Amino acid sequence: MATHLIVVEHQSGKLNKASLSAFAAAAKVGGDLHALVLGQGVGEIAKAVAPYAKKVHVGEHAGVKDRLAQPYAKCITDVANAIGATHVWAAASNAGKDLMPRVAARMDAAMASDVSAVVDEKTFKRPMWAGNVIGTVELTTAKKVITVRPTEFTAPAAGAAGEVASVSVDPGASKMSFVKFDAVVSDRPLLQDARVIVAAGRGVKGPEGIKTVLEPLADTLSAAIGASRAVCDAGWAPNDWQIGQTGKVVAPELYFAVGLSGAIQHVAGMKGSKCIVAINKDPEAPIFQVADYGLVGDLFKVIPELTEAIKKAKG
Amino acid sequence: MKFLVTVKRVTDYEAKVKLKADKSGVETAGVNMIVNPFDEIAVEEALRQKDKTGGGEVVVCSIGSADATAQIRSALAMGADRGILVKHDGAIDPFHVARVLQKVVEKEKPDVVLMGKQAIDDDSGQAAQILAELLGWGQATSANTVTLEGGKATVVREADGGLETVACELPCVITADLRLNEPRYASLPGIMKAKKKPLDELTPDALGVKVENRVVVKGFEEPAQKKAGQKVADVAALVDKLKNEAKAL
Ligand SMILES: Cc1cc2nc3c(=O)[nH]c(=O)nc-3n(C[C@H](O)[C@H](O)[C@H](O)COP(=O)(O)OP(=O)(O)OC[C@H]3O[C@@H](n4cnc5c(N)ncnc54)[C@H](O)[C@@H]3O)c2cc1C
Ligand SMILES: Nc1ncnc2c1ncn2[C@@H]1O[C@H](COP(=O)(O)O)[C@@H](O)[C@H]1O
Repeated sequence: MATHLIVVEHQSGKLNKASLSAFAAAAKVGGDLHALVLGQGVGEIAKAVAPYAKKVHVGEHAGVKDRLAQPYAKCITDVANAIGATHVWAAASNAGKDLMPRVAARMDAAMASDVSAVVDEKTFKRPMWAGNVIGTVELTTAKKVITVRPTEFTAPAAGAAGEVASVSVDPGASKMSFVKFDAVVSDRPLLQDARVIVAAGRGVKGPEGIKTVLEPLADTLSAAIGASRAVCDAGWAPNDWQIGQTGKVVAPELYFAVGLSGAIQHVAGMKGSKCIVAINKDPEAPIFQVADYGLVGDLFKVIPELTEAIKKAKG
Repeated sequence: MKFLVTVKRVTDYEAKVKLKADKSGVETAGVNMIVNPFDEIAVEEALRQKDKTGGGEVVVCSIGSADATAQIRSALAMGADRGILVKHDGAIDPFHVARVLQKVVEKEKPDVVLMGKQAIDDDSGQAAQILAELLGWGQATSANTVTLEGGKATVVREADGGLETVACELPCVITADLRLNEPRYASLPGIMKAKKKPLDELTPDALGVKVENRVVVKGFEEPAQKKAGQKVADVAALVDKLKNEAKAL
């Protein structure tokens, strides 16, 4: 029977909810679910994931205070081996992408990245070529490492809280050190968690366009703001806002693509959204092919009007 | 300083991706092939860092069929000094890419290995981190800014929720993100010179690596198609649809 170890991600004392998708994916294989929380002062995080696991292992050590791939990979591998894990899972977040291949190498395990479906204990589906094709991959090694595309797996229902136990970890010698983290501060919901996303394309013409035109719409809908690569590259928005093949993958209830052409690399990150609205002055823009509702027009005119109309409609 | 940069031959990101009729793979007949865009950024970074750190060598390596020579030449045309083709026909998974590179690193002894954060065909994003672990080196993925100084690489990474700065002792492995730099275009003299630059050929066998893929692609399918949407005439119609049809407001 399979034994799973799910690597739980957290940031600034908070659970990254994307980790729950890894529990959901592992549950599809069947077997025992163990979780691993590494860090310092992470008792609350362990409690938060206990309802999803049979056992939560808490590894606290000064050497894993910051999430660095090299010491983390050693600790994860040691715990995985100690419990006889057959599968080690994490969300395909930036941190999971950074860390898990290293874990796979250390465990001598094959790895499937960013999976969108679990076929059986060794077979997984995953988007390739920017989501233009879906590959079915088989991992032939006894131990397997998998990162999970959070938008494809709904968080599992909470069960009875599993046991929480501390585990001693040894980060070993490391050739890397943490210097600092410059967080993007924002009062808006996280892109990954937002029910509504307003995404800016180059059509917004500059940071002013985002501020004066998109922000009021986002405020009205309590939405997160995202952006195309072009917008991030131009420095109009933080890099963390980029949605797409090489940015974040999101799937909100409602997605507004504003002044955004809909390049395949962008669409790869948002086509799973429940309802997509495109506003673009070019009727031929490819974004209209993935939009549920398209409106051809000048965003500087349409968006303020739309903001007012939504305010009214919501009463 | 000595840099080893990897370049993968991939389908053009602007090309339409279609499955072969028998769904055995992606159609490459008649499709333009390019250097993986992230690898091109890695080449550019190596060239700039070589200048900044007072010279050295930029060696580019590709693993693939003889056709991948074209991608090595295009990196040489940008200004890289020397190329290595590790000739392998057929699929090779990220683990074996890393194993081959490990052997190349042992031969070449670079100070920094620069790679792409992901190959835009398989979208795996694994080879660099696996290589770093096999070598026991530090790694910095998704690099936005790289500073090589005092025997270490200080790298600003594009992380979730902000920018993370890490330091790695040299030698180390760094992967390029999109905003690290803007790759130069090869000049005509550059292209001419590239034809004469040394290009060695090796094989996994000669390096002592047996390629037995452990990630095996069993098949491909098209993603589910979204049903066609509709254009609406004006803001009022849009709000009505969102409220009453999609129930999204
Ligand atoms: C390796 C690689 C990875 C990439 N990864 C990503 C990724 O993860 N995410 C991503 O987004 N991109 C990515 N890209 C870039 C992608 O190919 C496109 O270049 C980018 O998405 C274009 O951004 P855009 O739609 O904002 O700009 P444009 O393509 O320039 O589109 C601007 C649009 O705005 C419209 N417009 C202009 N003015 C107005 C107005 N007043 N009112 C209404 N509409 C207006 C125009 O009609 C046009 O359609 C990647 C590219 C490569 C090569
Ligand atoms: N066949 C290859 N030849 C050279 N470099 C490669 C090859 N495959 C992968 N790489 C490098 O590894 C990076 C990550 O690839 P991947 O893990 O396949 O997404 C790429 O950006 C390349 O720099």
